[in-house]
Formats: sequence, structure tokens, C-alpha cells
Amino acid sequence: MRVALFITCLADQFYAEAGVAAVRLLRALGVEVDFPEGQTCCGQPAFNAGHWGEARALARRTIDIFQDAEYVVLPSGSCTSMVKNHYPELLPGNREALALSGKTYELSQFLVQVLGVEKLGEGLKGRRVAYHHGCHALRELGVKEEPLLLLQNAGAELLPWEAAEECCGFGGLFSVKLPEVSLAMASRKVATLPQAEVLTSTDAGCLLHLAGRLGRLGRPLRVAPLATLLWEAYAGQS
Amino acid sequence: MRVKAKLYPKEAARLLQEKPSVRASVTGATLHFERNRLRAYGEIDAEAWRERARRIKDHVLTHLDHYLELAEKRLRENGVQVHWAEGPEEAHRLLREVVARHGVKRAVKAKSMLTEELGVNPLLESLGVEVYETDLGEYLIQLLGEPPSHIVGPAIHLSLPEIQRLFHDRFGTPLDAAPEALAQVARGVLREAFLTAELGISGANFLVAETGTLAVMENEGNIRLSTSLPRVHVAFVGIEKLLPRFQDLALFLPLTARAATGQRLATFVSLIQGSAQPGEEGPEEVHVVLVDHGRTALLADPEAWEVLRCVRCGACLNACPVYRQTGGHPYGYVYSGPIGAVLDPGLLGLEEAHPLPHASTLCGACQEACPVKIPIPKLLLAWRHRAVEQGLAPTWEKGAMRAFAQVMGSPALYRLFSKALRGLPLPQALQDHLPLLRAWTEGRGPLKPSPRPFHELWREIKEETHGG
Repeated sequence: MRVALFITCLADQFYAEAGVAAVRLLRALGVEVDFPEGQTCCGQPAFNAGHWGEARALARRTIDIFQDAEYVVLPSGSCTSMVKNHYPELLPGNREALALSGKTYELSQFLVQVLGVEKLGEGLKGRRVAYHHGCHALRELGVKEEPLLLLQNAGAELLPWEAAEECCGFGGLFSVKLPEVSLAMASRKVATLPQAEVLTSTDAGCLLHLAGRLGRLGRPLRVAPLATLLWEAYAGQS
Repeated sequence: MRVKAKLYPKEAARLLQEKPSVRASVTGATLHFERNRLRAYGEIDAEAWRERARRIKDHVLTHLDHYLELAEKRLRENGVQVHWAEGPEEAHRLLREVVARHGVKRAVKAKSMLTEELGVNPLLESLGVEVYETDLGEYLIQLLGEPPSHIVGPAIHLSLPEIQRLFHDRFGTPLDAAPEALAQVARGVLREAFLTAELGISGANFLVAETGTLAVMENEGNIRLSTSLPRVHVAFVGIEKLLPRFQDLALFLPLTARAATGQRLATFVSLIQGSAQPGEEGPEEVHVVLVDHGRTALLADPEAWEVLRCVRCGACLNACPVYRQTGGHPYGYVYSGPIGAVLDPGLLGLEEAHPLPHASTLCGACQEACPVKIPIPKLLLAWRHRAVEQGLAPTWEKGAMRAFAQVMGSPALYRLFSKALRGLPLPQALQDHLPLLRAWTEGRGPLKPSPRPFHELWREIKEETHGG
């Protein structure tokens, strides 16, 4: 089985090690991994802001780049939903967009739904983990149990978190267009956050935003993308 | 009301800065409502109820001409005087006429968002009529001279101490009076108003076309009093409030209650079937004003019409983490929160309301809460897109988007950008000229890119075998 990794621009720039983790994990599970080099951004920022001309151009080139892939896997719920749900809306009648939609998965979704893997190892034994449900993973992809299952089966203790399913306030451009509201939303997440060793989620954007807020509020806490933790689940903490 | 939707970003920021108590009050109350809704949805096959409600609403909306004519016919048969209002002008004309003919000095009002749209209170006051909002929350904000901040809980932004202060100043109650005592004081004032008012004004949750029945839901009993004690009752009904059959109430009354407050049914449901017949008690004269005010135009808009399914339950406000930070006032118009963000541009025009569709992270919680399955995120995106098409996006954003598309459209430029990003932190002087970057870093600290981007690391791990 061959997977083309779509790293997404945010993870490429800010959580590069999560990409390495995803590659190693997929390979360890017997999957061949390609990294089509022309890839950049899926176009979601432009789409969400209403600039659909720009978004369409980026959608078209992304579709071209991943055209030959057997599966496309992203370490992001939001970008996965952009490709899977919004490309076909943005390019109605475009068969390639539909084909790409059908073979695109968020990483934990791919592991559980396609590979049928539910246990990666025991590398997270006793680790106290807070899991933030990225909104697009949760509500647009329906990815809810997959990450929890993989973390739990690796021995992690998933901490109850009142606001786990609430939006963190990132929202892409929202975070800088309405920074005060965005930060107030992050503060609610942080205020309810349980005493965890690590905070994780599918999405780099949410994690950047929450990590920044935790730092500003003087709450040191390890923040790691789900891909990184899933690799640790398999290989133990490096 | 004065429309200030354009100022949303500034007003939201200002409120968070100047009145932090609003965030606390609104967050507490909406989370409470939201928990109740989740419990109430959990007791039923919510998906089936919502899907059925959606279909009924879509049926009415796609046959609206038929049902409006049927409703008018049935209402007249019930002895109701039916009026059509395109907007405030016709509504005001009717009210002037009623006030003059009945010598109205005092009016009691049931909570109605539509009458906020139409500016009913200012009109009546200009005619010398004393207007009493009789919903307790609505009464509070009337005393304060504020617009409602929530569709169902208009005073949701107020804290108990603020209300205690208001009643202390107004009625001389102690500053630490219990909520029950304050309610008793309001009750005393409002009872007097109910018994003396010549005119009662209400909205309606639903208007059943087949029987001409107005259905009104409430928890305080004030609507029943407002619509039955005064000699004249005027009900303002948006044309989207129609239901085809009486039996549809059996779905919509409990579903709306569950969505709004988590109740199985509102404490009081009034079914109003025309004016009092000889020997009956009740208003001698009942008027129903069917109001368009932008709704026909919305109905004709293939990208926006679904918003007309709305039953005004407020569930999307309660579910919305953006609304929760500020309540409704910064939105600057009658409808706030997610539903306001997709309704107000339709009612006011994008020119006036284009910032509102951006008052969302597209988290989708509103859509899950909505009892009639309005695809709010989809509508938000459509309005944002339209605003861009109409040239309403800010200049900086247009430039930023063009640059973004150019960089992301070319792997070579993207790699250059990647290198530049690692030149961070930028000199302070430069940062000051990058307001977007500052908007990020002010609350979250400097951006910290990975030492090397993944696309560089890939070259090293490309040939790695099994597991590294």
C-alpha cells in the first residue's frame, strides 16, 4: 500500500517533527510513503475568507499533485476536510476533485478505518493526555473515537476535559481578524484544561494557538501533534 | 434599532476589554442552556425530529405563496384582521391607526424579535403610548435602554449585582435583594400594566395555515396576559413562521422547546384562534400583521434561503463559542450569534453587515444544535464569498490573499517563504508594520517555526527503512 503524505503548510513550518513521526509510523505499519514535492497549502485560508478564486487555483494544483496517489494522508483534520468536503463544492462537476476526496484521510482516521489498526504499542503507558477535538476533524469528518482509541490503547490516560469539544478560537484568519475574541476562547480552553503532561490534537493551527496562549498565561505544558504521540505510542518516547 | 453591524470587530474587542462581566454571564448562561439542550436531544431521536422539521419547513418555504393565502383566508374566517407589511412603514401605519381609534395610552408587549426589527417601541413611544415589555428579561433591558442580547434570554449579559443595582435605583429595593424579591417587584408593576393596557402586542412562534392558529411559547405567562387582557391584540408574524397543518405543532412545539431551553414543552403554549366571540373573554379585536421585511428577497436567494427555516430558538447562540465571549450586543443588530451572522446580511444587505459572517471560526457547533438543520457554516462561507465578489473585503486582505495564492502556487516561492520565516524573529520595527503578525504575537508570543521545515527533513528520511 502506498500513501502520499500531504504535510500541510502549517505542520511543514511549525511541526515538522510530526511529519517525520507520521512517515516513520506509516512505514512501521508496512505502508510505503511518498512525499510529492510540489505540495504547498490546500487553500483553506483563502476559501474560508471567501476568496474562492485563489482557493480554486490552489485546489486545482493540489488535485494535480496528488492525482496518482493511492491514498492521501494528512496530519490535520481541517485540511483533510478542505480536500475531502470542500474541494468538490468549490469545483462542482470536477471528477478529479471527487476522486481525491474519496482517497483522502486524516492520519488517525486512516490508521483505524483503512489499515484497521487500533493498537500501535504501549509507548504512552501512564501518560496523562489532554485531547483537544479539532472542530473540523470532529464535526466535518466525524473523527472522534479514532484518536482517542489509539491513544488509550497505547496506555495513555485520557483526562476528562469539560471543553474538549469546544472550539479553541484559532479559526485560521479569525485568530488575527478578531484576536480578542479568539484569545478569550483560548482562555476558556486553558482555564478548564486538566493537569496533563501533554496536550494534543490533530491540528497544527489549534496547537500553535493553544501553545501560544499557555505560554502567555504562564502554564508550561508540552504541546504535541497527534502524529508525534502516535509515533511515541509505537516506538516509546524518544 | 440603530444598525451597527459594521462595527462588530471593534465592539467585540471593546466589550471584552471594558465589561468582562458580560463574558462571564453569557458563558455561564449559554453553557447551562447548552447542557439542557444536549440532555433534551438525548431523550429523543433528535436526528429524525430535526430532519422531519427541516422537511416541513422546506415544504412551506417552497410553497409559501399558497400557504400565505390559505393562512390569510383562515385568519379572516376566525375574525382576525389581516394586514401585509413589507417593512416598518406599513407596520407603523397600522399601529398609528389602532392607537388613534382605541385611544391607546398604554401597551403591554410580549417578547418579539420581529418588533425589534420594526422599531415598534420607539414608534409607540413617539405616539405618547406607555410601552411595557412584559417578559422579565426584556423588561430589565427596557429599563436599561438596551437592545436584547439573546433571542430567548434578552438580558443574558446582565449579572445579578447589575440587576440588583438597577432595581435599587429604580424601585428602592435593597442592593442584596434576592432574585425572587426582584421578580415580585417587577410582577407588581407588570400586573398593573396588564390590567390597564388597551393594547397587547406580540409576535408568534408559528402560524398554522390550515386553521389560522397563532402559537406562542413562553415560560412566564406574560404572553398569555398580553394577548388576552387588553381589548386589542396586534400580532406581528414574519412570513417564514408558517406551518402547514395544525398537527405540525405536535413536532415544532416540543422540538423548539428542547432546542431553546431543554424543556420538553414550554411552560405555557397559547393557541390563539381569533378574537373573542360573544360571551367569551378576550380581545375584541385581533390583528395579524404578516411581515416581509427582506424575507421574500432571501427566499429568492439560492445561497441564503435556508436561513428562513429558523424558529428563533437561540440554540445556535448557546452552542457558539464566539457568541459566548461577548453576547449579542457587539453584533449591532436584532439577531446575533450564528443565526444573526447569516440572517442579518440578508435583512440589512452585505454593505451594512459584511463583518458578521466573519464572527465565526466555522467550528460547526451551531449546525449540530439547530433544530431545523440550517447549514450555518455553509451559509457563512457563501456570504463571505459574496462580500469578496462585491469588493467588500478590506484592501489589506485582498492584497494578502493575492500574495498568499502566489506563494502557495509556486513551490519555489514557498521554499523562499520558508527560509524567510526562519529569519524570525523579525526586527521590532518591521513587526510594528505587520499588524496581522502583531495580532497573533500579542496574545500568543512569537511564532516559533520548526528549526527546519518538513520538506527539508524529508530528504533525510526519504531513504530510511522500517521505522527509523
